[in-house]
Amino acid sequence: MIIRGDEPEQIGLLKKLYPKGNYFMQGDEAIAYGALFAGCRFYAGYPITPASEIAETMARELPKLKGYYIQMEDEIGSIAAVVGASWTGLKSMTATSGPGFSLMQENLGYAVFTETPLVLVDVQRSGPSTGQATKGAQGDFFQARWGTHGDHPIIAVSPTSVEDSFWETIRAFNLSEKFRIPVILLADGIIGHTREQIRIPDPEEVEIVYRKLPANEEEAKYPFGDVHGDLIPPMPLFGNGYFTHVTGSTHKENGLRDVYTPEVHDRLVRRLHKKIEVHEKEIQKWEEYYTDDAEILLVSWGVSARPSLGAVIEARKKGIKAGLIVPKTVHPFPGKRIKELSKKAHTILVPEMNLGQMILEVQRFVREEVPVIGVNKIGGVPLTVEEILKEIESSAERSRHRSAD
Amino acid sequence: MAKQIYTKYEMAKYLRKEALPTALCPGCGGGTVLNAFANAIDQLKIDPRDLVVVSGIGCSAWIASPYFLADTLHTTHGRAIAFATGVKVGLPDKKVVVISGDGDLAGIGGNHLIHAARRNIDITVILVNNFIYGMTGGQVAPTTPFGAITTTTPYRNIEHPLKIAETVASAGASYVARWTTFHVYQLIESIKKALTVKGFSLVEVVSQCPVQFGRRNRMKTPAEMLRWFSKNSIPISKAKNMSPEELEGKIIIGEFVSREKPEFTEELNKLIDEVAQYYRLGGEDAD
Ligand SMILES: Cc1ncc(C[n+]2csc(CCOP(=O)(O)OP(=O)(O)O)c2C)c(N)n1
Ligand code: SF4
Repeated sequence: MIIRGDEPEQIGLLKKLYPKGNYFMQGDEAIAYGALFAGCRFYAGYPITPASEIAETMARELPKLKGYYIQMEDEIGSIAAVVGASWTGLKSMTATSGPGFSLMQENLGYAVFTETPLVLVDVQRSGPSTGQATKGAQGDFFQARWGTHGDHPIIAVSPTSVEDSFWETIRAFNLSEKFRIPVILLADGIIGHTREQIRIPDPEEVEIVYRKLPANEEEAKYPFGDVHGDLIPPMPLFGNGYFTHVTGSTHKENGLRDVYTPEVHDRLVRRLHKKIEVHEKEIQKWEEYYTDDAEILLVSWGVSARPSLGAVIEARKKGIKAGLIVPKTVHPFPGKRIKELSKKAHTILVPEMNLGQMILEVQRFVREEVPVIGVNKIGGVPLTVEEILKEIESSAERSRHRSAD
Repeated sequence: MAKQIYTKYEMAKYLRKEALPTALCPGCGGGTVLNAFANAIDQLKIDPRDLVVVSGIGCSAWIASPYFLADTLHTTHGRAIAFATGVKVGLPDKKVVVISGDGDLAGIGGNHLIHAARRNIDITVILVNNFIYGMTGGQVAPTTPFGAITTTTPYRNIEHPLKIAETVASAGASYVARWTTFHVYQLIESIKKALTVKGFSLVEVVSQCPVQFGRRNRMKTPAEMLRWFSKNSIPISKAKNMSPEELEGKIIIGEFVSREKPEFTEELNKLIDEVAQYYRLGGEDAD
């Protein structure tokens, strides 16, 4: 089993197998390599376009690093096996797309409630249902947030390029390990299948986080207790003689089921939320471009972020004060920062490949006087710089008129 | 000697005291299964620290999780075997056991059951077949006998029951047996064998649920149900010479298969060693 302590050997192997330098690869492959550099040594999945290349890469590369690949009978089994493996200490991942993501939701909830670290990659594709199976989309923004039932927090991160896919996957693992929570990587079929040059670093350049383990028998007795006051319980792994009980039913700090006492449920669910809330700064990440004086603020994510940046650059050339913020952690949403930026803006545009999902989050944080306008495109073809620029220009035009009368 | 084994206090050392008493109804066959499992562990001198017990959702899922004192993973309905697959790959040297109901493992979880058998992963499954969905109030199960009354077949069941042991045997398991809660000694021996066999093993235990099944099918008491098991059980050796008509409504008991074939985690680790060795020794892109 590969866990802390094996790093020197692992670093040697990574260096040898994937020497640092420039590579030409798909977003899906970059996700797989990111996982390998993050220390992922267990993968269970079920094939689906456009995520299958992640499985294929893992099946080929994991054994070289003494890691395990299993193709399960379906997506429900895949995430179940990933949870099981995570309780033995293996950093574990599965990858799927829309319909498979839907099938994983029940066990995603199980992972949330049992505070099981894992990374679930959703390479978004066009939907609903089988939709345009081979085409990319950004329609799972809320499935990531609210797909499973009950009150629960979640972390979801979203990459904007092939190279970014490598680094965001590593970040997904680190967040998952640090906060004992499943982390969703909201990728998409367009980046997943695009080939670009990416720089593979030395493994030493990559910061790796491991979950906290109990320091002693006493701590191990409270697999769901806030023993350190940071709301993150140390995780007593299976096989260490701790007799740990893990259940998806409401449980007390010692892991035993108690579904009758309102306070027990309240305490547990609130701690899970608070764990993410108080560490929000560490979890959230976003990028800003030309936001200092932006009058037209673009908020865009994932595959739509690059044409958005292109459009902002073009707009600046034309003297329009446009700026862009790209949430890289999409849940929890960086609403406070958007609120700040929106104070200077007269218009907010939200380009995304759906009929308006992230825009609802943006609207929650923006004062009513500022129009929040979606730039939406569906059908499997990404937004272009021109399409977004056109919206920026007409917003600029409208505001000129407004200030004229 | 046999009698003395079953004094409940001796086996209590294997139970999670703070979770007791169990939530099972008086006379439920689940108690017998828990007792048999504890005895098998005891007789094999397996350290519970070397055990991980996984279960799904249902009355039968509670038998070992939380009650058995080991690492226990109480999962979602139907998915125990898939969770256990990840556990076994991560801890190939531990005994990974799944204990759950027929609805859980063969109804909603049927797909995982046959594929784990096909994969021949070294997991021991103790499947408690009480012919009913006990926990949710006695609805029809994939094992409910033809013609039986349940809360969702109030007139009679018109579906045919799934032959679980036969199905798993043909799916490729290394070891498959079926007993009833009447055949306690054979059951213990079978669980012991299943725990020792390398590969996927299934012990199907036909068990009484007097509360949800018996009561609606003219067997109100646990004893009546056990009598029914005893009268209707046919050893597999005898069943081989009987016609399907003669076997209608009978419970075939005994060992269905016991065979050696490559086991999944062992093959997986062998493969990894080969591949890792090749790359460590500088195969392909030797530098
Ligand atoms: C996805 C899902 N569907 C349905 C249920 C409700 N449910 C709980 S237990 C159960 C049936 C259990 O039957 P069985 O496995 O035969 O166990 P028994 O209670 O009879 O021992 C069902 C349907 C659930 N918990 N989850
Ligand atoms: S309902 Fe049936 S299966 Fe469930 S505990 Fe009671 S007797 Fe046992």
